[in-house]
Amino acid sequence: MADVQQIIKDVTVVYGKERKALMPILQAVVKTKNYLDDQDLISIAKALDLSAAEVFGTASFYTFLDTVPRGKNVIRVCKTISCHMAGKDEIIHAIEDTLKVKTGQTSVDGKFTLLSANCLGWCHKGPVMLINDKVFPELTAEKAIEILQKYQEED
Amino acid sequence: MENTRPKRVDIIFLMEGIDPIKVVENAIKKSPDDIILDMIDSGLKGRGGAGFPTGLKWKFTRNEDSYDKYVICNADEGEPGTFKDREILDRVPEKVFAGLAICGYTIGAREGFIYLRGEYNFLLPALNEKLDVFNAGLKKIGLDFTIQMRSGSGAYICGEESALFESMEGKRGEPRNKPPYPTVAGYLGKPTAINNVETLVYAFMIARIGPEKFKEMGTKDSRGSKVFSISGDTPKAGISELELGMSVQQFVDEFGDGDTKAVQVGGASGGCVPRKMFKETIIGYEGIPTGGSMMLFNSSRSMYNVLHDYLEFFTEESCGQCTPCRVGCQQLLKGIEAVKRGEKNPGYLDDLKKLAKTMKVAAKCGLGQSVANPFISIVSNFKEEIIY
Repeated sequence: MADVQQIIKDVTVVYGKERKALMPILQAVVKTKNYLDDQDLISIAKALDLSAAEVFGTASFYTFLDTVPRGKNVIRVCKTISCHMAGKDEIIHAIEDTLKVKTGQTSVDGKFTLLSANCLGWCHKGPVMLINDKVFPELTAEKAIEILQKYQEED
Repeated sequence: MENTRPKRVDIIFLMEGIDPIKVVENAIKKSPDDIILDMIDSGLKGRGGAGFPTGLKWKFTRNEDSYDKYVICNADEGEPGTFKDREILDRVPEKVFAGLAICGYTIGAREGFIYLRGEYNFLLPALNEKLDVFNAGLKKIGLDFTIQMRSGSGAYICGEESALFESMEGKRGEPRNKPPYPTVAGYLGKPTAINNVETLVYAFMIARIGPEKFKEMGTKDSRGSKVFSISGDTPKAGISELELGMSVQQFVDEFGDGDTKAVQVGGASGGCVPRKMFKETIIGYEGIPTGGSMMLFNSSRSMYNVLHDYLEFFTEESCGQCTPCRVGCQQLLKGIEAVKRGEKNPGYLDDLKKLAKTMKVAAKCGLGQSVANPFISIVSNFKEEIIY
């Protein structure tokens, strides 16, 4: 399990213990364990001397700072117009069939969460998805499934 | 430019023979006031979409009396249809860094930040590595200025400058009331010059070779060139740097698939130009302004679906802070759905247009204010497609 205390310590060394360190801390925790639980938010609030409500208020504002459990790999398929026109629905259906989940859900083995996202900035190369921080443009249903299989095979 | 092809330009991505640190070193031999005069003289306007004159922005920030000032590069590129800033930061990041450094010297700031949207986190390792080298280079030429990266976390609204400051300060990305403007009270309440990625590269170019060459291009109201992000029904999707001042018709002749029925200029928050208005509409501040997003739709596309997509986008990305935007976006979306299902009369669209106009006046920030652009232009020009 990720040691959130250690993450807080590491980030505050660089960014200080002021409120402006909050986003970098939240981002670092999410990078490590993919979401923030209540205890994480309380620990962060204590470290920065903020109320837990303020920290939750900030975290819950941002799409990428999840406050509900997520799978090991978070898939975000772009659903905005250019990707829509390029066939994002097919990609989403293919992933849903492969992982046996609906958009918004996490696979039973906890390896994947499937989400849709607003414009990811690859309109000329849609459909596109992010898996964690990695980007996969110019998708086809087959390509998307192949990519997922590679992630499946990792550990 | 009547009946001619859009003129291609190669300024932004040109790297050959350019040493960004050297350019900064030469640029700061001039006084800040002279640099500001060059920027004003060039006619450069912000390339993020709003189009505020860059020279004036720098001047206002310089004129503020404060020990702490900041320069920020707004790389929270989230407008649907826009991807130019990602390409620029991927291919010529040092030119962006140098633009920031020149701006920092000009306004009297010692710290600069690049706020990169979370969707582009994959660029971070390379950018941080290049920044280390660049910051060391600045030190070597004796400029007291360092640049750091900051990340967003998937909120479109943080591209709005005051929401971006809030986010950097560790808060919800909710836009502030203006005034005060960022040049007076921006990041941490200090005077801040916040510029788009592309703007900084043009500023770099103007500092390097003077304003003349930039001024020669474009029109009276829209000087210079611009990087366009082209997507949708086009065989030439991608990035093109073009001289400003062309009509939508000229653009479509070059980039369309022969069956273009509408072009969305300026992303979801921009306006939709129907075929009958291609000839008379100039792409620029005298016609239809754009941050560079150009989405082409051919006759196989339903403009209802296009508008529906945009409204879903705004409903999700509205920060929820002010009522006109939060409720307005939802009601516009529900409204066109109801008309489509036949639950409301077509005349209801006029009520919805009134609502959109109210949002334009009453919403707190650019997001809510600009929903009227796509809504009114699409509903007015493609009414049949919305109803049937």
